[in-house]
Amino acid sequence: MATAFAMKPFVRTAALLLATVISFAAPAAQAKDELVIGVTQFPSSFHPGMDPLLAKSYVLAMTRRPFTAHDPDWNLVCLLCTELPTLENGHAKLTERPDGTRGIAVTYTIHPKAAWGDGTPVTSEDVVFTWEVGRHPETAIGAGAFFQRIEKIDVVDAKTFTLHFDRPAYDYNAINDLDLLPAHIERAAFADPASYRRRTAYDADTTNAGLYYGPYLITEVQPGSHIVLEPNPTWYGEKPHFRKITVRVIENSAALEANLLSGAIDYIPGELGLTLDQALALEKRHKDRFTFIYKPGLKYEHIPLNLEHPALADRRVRQALLHALDRDALTRRLFAGRQPVAHGFVSPLDPVAAPDLPTYAYDPKKAAALLDDAGWRMGKDGVRHNAAGERLSLELLTTIEDSTRRLVQQVLQSQWRKAGIEVRLRNEPARVLIGESMRRRQFTMAMYFSFSAPELSPRGFLHSSQIPTAANNFAGQNRSGLRNAEIDALIDRIEATLDPAARRDLWYRLQVLYAQKLPALPLYFRTDPYVIPKWLAGITPTGHQGPSTLWVERWHVLR
Amino acid sequence: MIRYLAERIVQGLVVVAIMSFVIYGLIGLMPGDPVDLMISANPQLTTEDAERLRRIHGLDRPIWERYAAWATSALQGDFGYSRTFARPVLEVLGPRLANTAALMLGAFAVALMIGLPAGIYAASRPGSIADTLVNLASFVSISVPTFWLALMMIILFAVTLGWLPASGLPTGPAGFWEHVRHLILPVATLAIVEAGAYVRYMRAAMIEALRHDYVRTARAKGASRTRTILGHALRNALVPVVTVMALSFGGLFSGALVTETMFAYPGMGKLIFDSIMGNDYNLALVALLFATILTLVGNLIADLAYVALDPRIGLGTGPGTERAR
Repeated sequence: MATAFAMKPFVRTAALLLATVISFAAPAAQAKDELVIGVTQFPSSFHPGMDPLLAKSYVLAMTRRPFTAHDPDWNLVCLLCTELPTLENGHAKLTERPDGTRGIAVTYTIHPKAAWGDGTPVTSEDVVFTWEVGRHPETAIGAGAFFQRIEKIDVVDAKTFTLHFDRPAYDYNAINDLDLLPAHIERAAFADPASYRRRTAYDADTTNAGLYYGPYLITEVQPGSHIVLEPNPTWYGEKPHFRKITVRVIENSAALEANLLSGAIDYIPGELGLTLDQALALEKRHKDRFTFIYKPGLKYEHIPLNLEHPALADRRVRQALLHALDRDALTRRLFAGRQPVAHGFVSPLDPVAAPDLPTYAYDPKKAAALLDDAGWRMGKDGVRHNAAGERLSLELLTTIEDSTRRLVQQVLQSQWRKAGIEVRLRNEPARVLIGESMRRRQFTMAMYFSFSAPELSPRGFLHSSQIPTAANNFAGQNRSGLRNAEIDALIDRIEATLDPAARRDLWYRLQVLYAQKLPALPLYFRTDPYVIPKWLAGITPTGHQGPSTLWVERWHVLR
Repeated sequence: MIRYLAERIVQGLVVVAIMSFVIYGLIGLMPGDPVDLMISANPQLTTEDAERLRRIHGLDRPIWERYAAWATSALQGDFGYSRTFARPVLEVLGPRLANTAALMLGAFAVALMIGLPAGIYAASRPGSIADTLVNLASFVSISVPTFWLALMMIILFAVTLGWLPASGLPTGPAGFWEHVRHLILPVATLAIVEAGAYVRYMRAAMIEALRHDYVRTARAKGASRTRTILGHALRNALVPVVTVMALSFGGLFSGALVTETMFAYPGMGKLIFDSIMGNDYNLALVALLFATILTLVGNLIADLAYVALDPRIGLGTGPGTERAR
């Protein structure tokens, strides 16, 4: 009893303290000139060219602008430059290289008012410096191959420069990867190129205003927690509406949703936010509070097939696998029809997407006929066998972290079972699946998405030179092991063809061949759900790798 | 005493050296390659880019060679650079340790404030309704999944009632109370989960202590129930509980992965997880070694606490192996 009595003052004191803390420290209602964005990933580095995580692109797009980018309508546009150079307007010219081969010279003009956040003008010197950093073999710049293609740079004046590329490629004027670095700050860190990644001001002094020239500056970074951005006084474009934007990182999507509902965050972007099923469930309960935008994009969910597997080497079996799937019903029932069925690797939003490709509709009879024709006859046990008595038994591998994908995996297994195809399910962490099983081609069928870009050459995953082998240290992403001379030649020609109309014909043929050869089973294009408060307007999801924050200055409060 | 401490420090250094090699080797055995994940995030990276990045990050070198390079630098005071945080390892660890200390020490203190009195109270009335209720509450506390409890706390106090922030650290220049306010839910979650175990330990130890003759003697001499419990039995009952508390010491600074993830709190648990998953050898190694050192320190504190609580125990022995009676 004495103990119990002794506890009472403690409980009273604790309750009083709690009430005091809650009442005195409660924040004022969020003013509408501030915006709190909730995302699921924190950038590992703030250097524009290193560690290409989506979280970094999303944040940096508010603080800087690439020379060129694809706009929300998937057109290539100038953001830092004044006019997109083309062969037609004369700012791009074919040249002859010393060895007699053809190159291309492309001239850009930097926006006349573009200046770093500390007032230093953005100049051609910054471009030359960025090129020096990007092409140096000791720096950890991701897109090093892009910089290697630039043979030299002519500085015309402080705001105009000409890039000389080693070959005229179809994307000659798209320099989205030229992530400009401020020479006046970064040159000192680059004095020793090997240690540059450890000394760059982007990570050592992230809140230095001189690192940015976009509508916002990074003013506070709490690693693993949040990033605060405030308007850049030297920004040359439309004045941004919000006085402060906080990007708060909440990796667990259930907690992210709870934070949205509590008002701790205002907005969840599709690029790094909720899963589709979470957003669909949230929409049912809170349609009145939020606007939901479902933007399909370039995340191609598919099942690469290992063409060295004896059964899968037969194209009829691959085609039967696709005819046995009711993909329309799958996306309708699991995703409320929000994720469009894929008929190839090119997104229907991409300008080079072929409109009338051969498709594989749900047709169990056709699937059965193809399998019969390939020598796989239905057995009494409900599984098909070949003449040697072997069962048509395959393994489907996917990532263990994604519950939606595991659900799809079970639906596919069930549909294939009806066609007499036995499918065993295997799940692995993404890092093991991508970094080990796929890299070493230790799989039969694997389900995951690959990320693309508008009109991106498919060399990496379709050209026969990109098949991972022990001899090339398992480099390359042609994990199916597709070897097709016509496809190889088409990719080479697409990359070298400058005429868009001619290139579109080549793309069409390539997509037809892909649909016929079926090195992978196309499932659907993944959709990013944007959960936007009713009072927030101006957000335009792109569907491609250019984040919606590239146009953050257009975001505003509805009046 | 000094000789004893010196021996323990030497033993500790040997353990740390062995552990550094074991941890580095185990991380190296993990499948997967961060450059592959990097490529999957950027379709424009080429095969040549991947090879160059592997070489720059040292991923193309044998594990023992990388370990030798790290160990040589570490002996000179350079613990390396974190690849996933793009900062020197110690610079990454500092703020995370401070956050974790605030969270875990807060939760530890609250859990003890709930667990020890509740355990003592239940032990003093074994079989009573109060004892049954305390036991029930402690089993619920031990059984409840942390992620579920965290989510329920967020839904109740942040979403429904709107009293407390649901996550993380305050932004901008925030005062002490704002920091405390952000800590309430994660601390409460952890404290609830941990308190149940302390109730069980304390109750069992106290029941055992109350059976001893000296307790009966004290009561026969007219000491009150409270005085008998707090003045005579508690000191003996605390010896096994202190063992558990001391062993928890290392864990205090290893963080709480689930709680940190649910409340978006940047602490050591999430840091260690991310560094291991991201093949960030330097960071994972130093963070885990730090936890190892703290566990060793915790053990040492436990040994010293035994002596303080029970003079019959000497240094170099443990409870139950008294040197002299």
